Amino acid sequence: MDSSVDTVGGTGHSNVDHQAGHHDGPHIAPMRMYISIVCLLFVMTAVTVGAAFVELGALGTPIALAIAIFKASFVVLFFMHVRYNTPLMWVFAGAGFFWLLIMFSLTMQDYVSRGWEAPAPIQFLDLL
Amino acid sequence: MSSHTDNPALQHHFDDLKQQNEAANMGMWAFLAQEIMFFGGLFLAYTVYRYKYFEAFVEGSNHLPIFWGALNTGVLIASSFTVAMAVRSAQLGRAKALFNWIIGTMVLGVAFLGIKSIEYADKYHHGLIPGPNFHYDGPLAPQMKIFFSFYFVMTGMHALHMIIGIGLMIWLIPKIRRGAFSGEYYSPIENFGLYWHFVDIVWIFLFPLLYLIGRDPWIHL
Repeated sequence: MDSSVDTVGGTGHSNVDHQAGHHDGPHIAPMRMYISIVCLLFVMTAVTVGAAFVELGALGTPIALAIAIFKASFVVLFFMHVRYNTPLMWVFAGAGFFWLLIMFSLTMQDYVSRGWEAPAPIQFLDLL
Repeated sequence: MSSHTDNPALQHHFDDLKQQNEAANMGMWAFLAQEIMFFGGLFLAYTVYRYKYFEAFVEGSNHLPIFWGALNTGVLIASSFTVAMAVRSAQLGRAKALFNWIIGTMVLGVAFLGIKSIEYADKYHHGLIPGPNFHYDGPLAPQMKIFFSFYFVMTGMHALHMIIGIGLMIWLIPKIRRGAFSGEYYSPIENFGLYWHFVDIVWIFLFPLLYLIGRDPWIHL
């Protein structure tokens, strides 16, 4: 118990830049990092709500999705510690999202290219 | 750190706690990949139907209150922060702080569900729950039923995950109080944190897709 506190007690702020695995104990990010990220997430939520009130036309949906992906990336990399994890964990974490990408692109390229069905509204097509 | 092998939490089939924690962590990510597939199917079906019935989805979205949706996004992000702090407290071996951050996460989780139930009650009173009591005047009513089916299934499955998360915290609290976790062994806390963050990520996508895009934000602010 005491020895583990020693390992983590001296981490300080500089340890954020270190790669995981070089030392025995878990990587412990400073509290300051978590506070910065949660503030960033609050700000980006306000931005995406604000963007809904601006007339962006066909750009509205891509912007909202880009903000959501941006927010989710910070949660995955820092709150879920993937940033500091082993390469094998990157593969495990990335596999689900990569599969999602395949499923969406293959399915939607079918739906949007069905010329024999009624054409989709222009607002939706614009963003593809 | 040399006393790894003496820890009572170490299972006999692992060399040391580091290996055990990494295995548990990897198992959790495999489970989360399955969760991505589960919610991914719902998101894909939503995308296909949004593509087919765009106007009805916009009109349905106009009936969702942006204020409650945004507030709930804030509540859930705050709970992601508290659970991240709980994991950090566990890493540092601070049992009291760990307990407090978990209680804080529970309070925020319950607040989220409370806000969600206000929204659900509002939908009930306006007859927007698909089923025999669904009533909406307008040519798009049948397709709006599809939009609200997606709304209730997606937010309902998300809420179910929140309820399971709160159940997991109720299961963890006696263990925390008993002093089952230390700076050396805390993988149940870490893996619970991963689960809770995942549920947060699902909402990060649900909120803009259901409440924000394509709609007139001044209707049902």
